[in-house]
Amino acid sequence: MSSRIVLEANDVARHFDVSRPALQRLLAGEKKRILRAVDGVSFQIVAGETLSLVGESGCGKSTMARLAVGLYAPTQGSITFEGQAMHAALADASLRRKMNMIFQDPYASLNPRWRVRDIVAEPIKAFKLLSSRKDIEDRVGQLLTQVGLSAHDGEKFPHEFSGGQRQRISIARALSSEPEFLVCDEPTSALDVSVQAQILNLMRDLQERLGLTYLFISHNLAVVRHMSDDLGVMYLGRIVEQGPAEEIFRTPRHPYTRLLLDAIPDISAVGRQRTPVGGEVPSPISPPSGCTFHPRCALANDRCKAERPLETKVGDVAVACHAVQEGRAA
Amino acid sequence: MSALSRFLDSDFVYSFRRSPVAVVSAVVVLIIVLCAVFAPLVSPHDPFDLASISLLDSLKPPVFLPDGDWSFPLGSDDQGRDVFSSILYGTRISMIVAALAIGFSLVVGITVGLVAGYAGGAVDAVLMRIVDVQLTFPAILIALLVDGVVRAVLPPAAQDALQLDVIVFAIGISRWPQFARTVRGSTMIERGRDYVMAARVIGISSPRIMVSHILPNVLGPVLVIATLNLGLAVLDEATLSFLGVGLPPTQPSLGTLIRFGNNFLFSGEWWITIFPGLTLAAIVLSINLLGDWLRDALNPRLR
Repeated sequence: MSSRIVLEANDVARHFDVSRPALQRLLAGEKKRILRAVDGVSFQIVAGETLSLVGESGCGKSTMARLAVGLYAPTQGSITFEGQAMHAALADASLRRKMNMIFQDPYASLNPRWRVRDIVAEPIKAFKLLSSRKDIEDRVGQLLTQVGLSAHDGEKFPHEFSGGQRQRISIARALSSEPEFLVCDEPTSALDVSVQAQILNLMRDLQERLGLTYLFISHNLAVVRHMSDDLGVMYLGRIVEQGPAEEIFRTPRHPYTRLLLDAIPDISAVGRQRTPVGGEVPSPISPPSGCTFHPRCALANDRCKAERPLETKVGDVAVACHAVQEGRAA
Repeated sequence: MSALSRFLDSDFVYSFRRSPVAVVSAVVVLIIVLCAVFAPLVSPHDPFDLASISLLDSLKPPVFLPDGDWSFPLGSDDQGRDVFSSILYGTRISMIVAALAIGFSLVVGITVGLVAGYAGGAVDAVLMRIVDVQLTFPAILIALLVDGVVRAVLPPAAQDALQLDVIVFAIGISRWPQFARTVRGSTMIERGRDYVMAARVIGISSPRIMVSHILPNVLGPVLVIATLNLGLAVLDEATLSFLGVGLPPTQPSLGTLIRFGNNFLFSGEWWITIFPGLTLAAIVLSINLLGDWLRDALNPRLR
């Protein structure tokens, strides 16, 4: 497989102004409150592969997903899609149709007043991929069959389907623009475990058949392990460790990654003493100084409190941790 | 299952049939609307046909009083016009004015609400302050003001021709803020939903997202308010006409009829004003009761 890079993020940051209205802020003498949802993230996604981003709630995964399809413009840094700057890619319909998104909540991502066939056909019409009604109808039927539904289901409304079926509709819609790159924002976290596996297998199957590239967002490490080629562990808007997924699962280096992997239940180690994930994610409005993980890290020293660690390569894996660099993390 | 039988089987129809108030008011509204629509067929006389009006028939009492007869079931006025026929034609005009005014209100209110709710920020702030300011004045005052200003601006020749349009505009412009408020609120909720994001990802334009995605999802509550406001608009029109700034005697609405009949109230010919008044009360009351029921029926939390 060629190693063509589909999406590249270069030191991307996205800040949100969450301060109160200007007048109230002035009266109370407050400063502007900036939420750093994503704060300097870089990665590359190779065609036909899956990059997963994992992390706890509020670490900026979903914001990164929205940045990757151009729903948000980065505050800083740049994103390129197929070698084009994101804003240029968005303006070019032939490029824009190559990316699409699958959302987390299958109950909110389908317009309840639209018939399924109209939902699935919307991207086809938006990008004028087909013009005649008959062709569109056939294509929608084909897409619905492809995701394991029947062509007749197009006549129904979303509320007539279960969560898993709705997520299939969502996938059919995402595929209808014939994309090469799909951003999947926790596509299974709202589903029952039994249904999750079906959806994940469907997605892998589609990836193989259509040569899709995924940016896969999840907080579920088991799901991530099943899906990923590459993995990025996010903490408070930054990637603390990234590299080939198997390598990270085998030898996690960053203290945060170790903490996460430690928290996975293991059926072969029942009764094992487990270190619970201590503390909570600090507020991204006023993140801790230096390495943002230092308040929860057992290995933190004065340098960690003062200086932001940069990514350093350890084999194939890039880790942003002073302790790892200094060899304290053995 | 056909669409009709599915509809007849729905919760909506069930709760309608369970509510006597809703059934009665729906029947009243239906009868009045049908009478108004088919006024030329139903009414015994044509109150606008000068040839058929005779002064000899003037001030006849209703049929149930001595001297009353069946050719004028609800009596006649000072010109010899049949009160019953006048009411039918008057209702027709009142309903047309109210419906057009609410239609106009809906268009303005929904547009402003969608834009304010979807755009947010400064656009929202400006539009909502306009709404706030207008809501501090009673609707009828706004209608009166607009009506006066428009009349002052129009040349006299246009005034007669546009009398109906002016009053529709005046009532319509006095009632849009409520719709704008409601639509804005629901739009703000809907615009954050993932299905809107999904449309944005594939580059659907904002106006199109507003109209084809958000509008169908915010329409429910607006239609309830529109029903309630329809009754109030009938009342507005009657008030304006009663005050003499509404429709002229050549196009008598219920309000105009009440105003003219009012002159005869103390000389004993009460039927000229009371019957149009009762009709007006019946219309407004049943539309309001229907709207109330609709609001409860469409609100799942009240079930």
